[in-house]
Amino acid sequence: MKFKTKTSPFLNSSQNINSVMLQVLLALIPGTLTLMYFFGTGILLNVIISIVFAVSLETLALIIRKRPLLPFLSDLSAIVTAWLFALTLPPLMPWWIIFVGIFFAIIIAKHLYGGLGYNPFNPAMVGFAVLIVSFPFEMSQWVHPRTFGDLGAYDFSLMEKLSFIFGNQKPAWDAITMATPLDEVKTGLRAGTDFSSVMKESSYLQTLSQNTWLWSSLAFMLGGIWLLYKKVIQWQIPVALLGTLFLLSAVFYLFSADSFASPLFHITSGATILGAFFIATDPVSASTTPVGKLIYGASIGFFIYIIRVWGNYPDAIAFAVLIMNMAVPMIDYYTQPRVFGHKPSFFSSGATQRKQDKKL
Amino acid sequence: MSATSPTDTGIDLDDVSPPKGTVWNKSERRKITMDGLWHNNPGLVQLLGLCPLLAVTGNLINGLGLGIATIITLTVSNIIIAFTRNWVRKEIRIPYYVLVIASIVTMIDLSMNAITPELHSVLGIFIPLIVTNCLIIGRAEAFASKNTIKRAALDGFMMGLGFTLVLIALGAIREIIGSGTLFADASLMFGDIAKDWYIKPFEEYQGFLLAILPPGAFLVMGFLIAMKNVVDKKLKS
Repeated sequence: MKFKTKTSPFLNSSQNINSVMLQVLLALIPGTLTLMYFFGTGILLNVIISIVFAVSLETLALIIRKRPLLPFLSDLSAIVTAWLFALTLPPLMPWWIIFVGIFFAIIIAKHLYGGLGYNPFNPAMVGFAVLIVSFPFEMSQWVHPRTFGDLGAYDFSLMEKLSFIFGNQKPAWDAITMATPLDEVKTGLRAGTDFSSVMKESSYLQTLSQNTWLWSSLAFMLGGIWLLYKKVIQWQIPVALLGTLFLLSAVFYLFSADSFASPLFHITSGATILGAFFIATDPVSASTTPVGKLIYGASIGFFIYIIRVWGNYPDAIAFAVLIMNMAVPMIDYYTQPRVFGHKPSFFSSGATQRKQDKKL
Repeated sequence: MSATSPTDTGIDLDDVSPPKGTVWNKSERRKITMDGLWHNNPGLVQLLGLCPLLAVTGNLINGLGLGIATIITLTVSNIIIAFTRNWVRKEIRIPYYVLVIASIVTMIDLSMNAITPELHSVLGIFIPLIVTNCLIIGRAEAFASKNTIKRAALDGFMMGLGFTLVLIALGAIREIIGSGTLFADASLMFGDIAKDWYIKPFEEYQGFLLAILPPGAFLVMGFLIAMKNVVDKKLKS
């Protein structure tokens, strides 16, 4: 009779990279469809072009690095990166801008650091940050959403859209684009107008933030909650992030309701929900310990508020996430969970461990 | 005790070769030159003086201007420090070096202000800041204080040249990628004849702002260092 000896771990998780990535992609679908409903098929074109570029560059990088192609390409991570990156772009982006962003995301942020699992920074956000810094004009051309009937960019035919993306032809940006609510409110508040009259004066802003972005945020939250239910992500990062952002904006709003935007506005505008559930929870670049995740999420919420209110860029998710990515090794070091049977307290385990090491 | 065995103090009494730091022959000259330009390049290997290196290289001419100022400072400071190396007490050498370097930089700063006022105003604070460039005090301490004047002068010039070449390469790459031009503002340095040197290889290129901004400087610098390492690896094998 043959006895098999096995080494730990004896219980294997049923989840592998492939299935996790697939579930993230599925969870992105409702949000993407909602964005497509409001902004037209330009969103879908962005996603498709990004995925094509990302997979080609991933293949190229794997060939150069002499890694096997199939296992790395079929883990879908490049597609998730590309999809998340594409959702941050306004529709009808010229193809070469998408290429530059994907190049920085896949080649510089991911493969130069050693590929999936070794990247200290969130690749999609690196791509976005490069673009928002380098091409601020193109990155802020959000077309009118469907709420404004005849002006919307979804009126263009597919061929026209493709010629905007791949050809030299440019749409008349001024006629079909508008500032995002975050931009509009920031400009208004900086000019000295109080928040309630900024919102009241422009009826389109009201519709926009209470309709377009609210529904998109809800759709992304639906996907995020499904990910929580499937245990692909843990509750700590989204809750800490949204909670901190809500508290901070509530404090400032209560302090002066005229010169600061309301908490609800901050939660539902821009990419807050997408960032909280899909971007900040990236398993590679986020903190891995339970307490660390709370600290990491809360700090991102804190930086989102700071950068949104006092910074110059339209949205703050990317920069907040990238800043905290840098702090992850330190957070993880000081928040290692207590090993069962060991004395050190939960919070100071890392530091205490070091003291014990010194004594030995 | 035999003549060849080392004594207890570690000094070989029979060794008649001149002390290290005074040899001046072809192979030594070659070694100093290659160290400055490649093997021990201040920009790519020692990573000294990174602050001006990354800050002013938004275009080629700025890099060249700062590079020339650095060459002059480094050569003259190395000569003066090597000349006075036997009279300066060890305890006060650092303040002494700083004093020497600061006087030279002040002279260069004022001369540039007189000769090329536009370039001087573009480079701004980075000309006076050459005083704090660790490359210059580093060579004073590591080389000039232990070598003859001739050797120190050659070392200063070659280190400065190596630094300048990195500045030029970095400036050229960032200018081409960032704004799609080359030799923009050359007239600041070479006068009106240089106005035609301006090159724009791709007419429709609209520029890539990141390359001009500080992150671009770090990225391009990283790629330059990586390229040097690749070349070294190829040369070795």
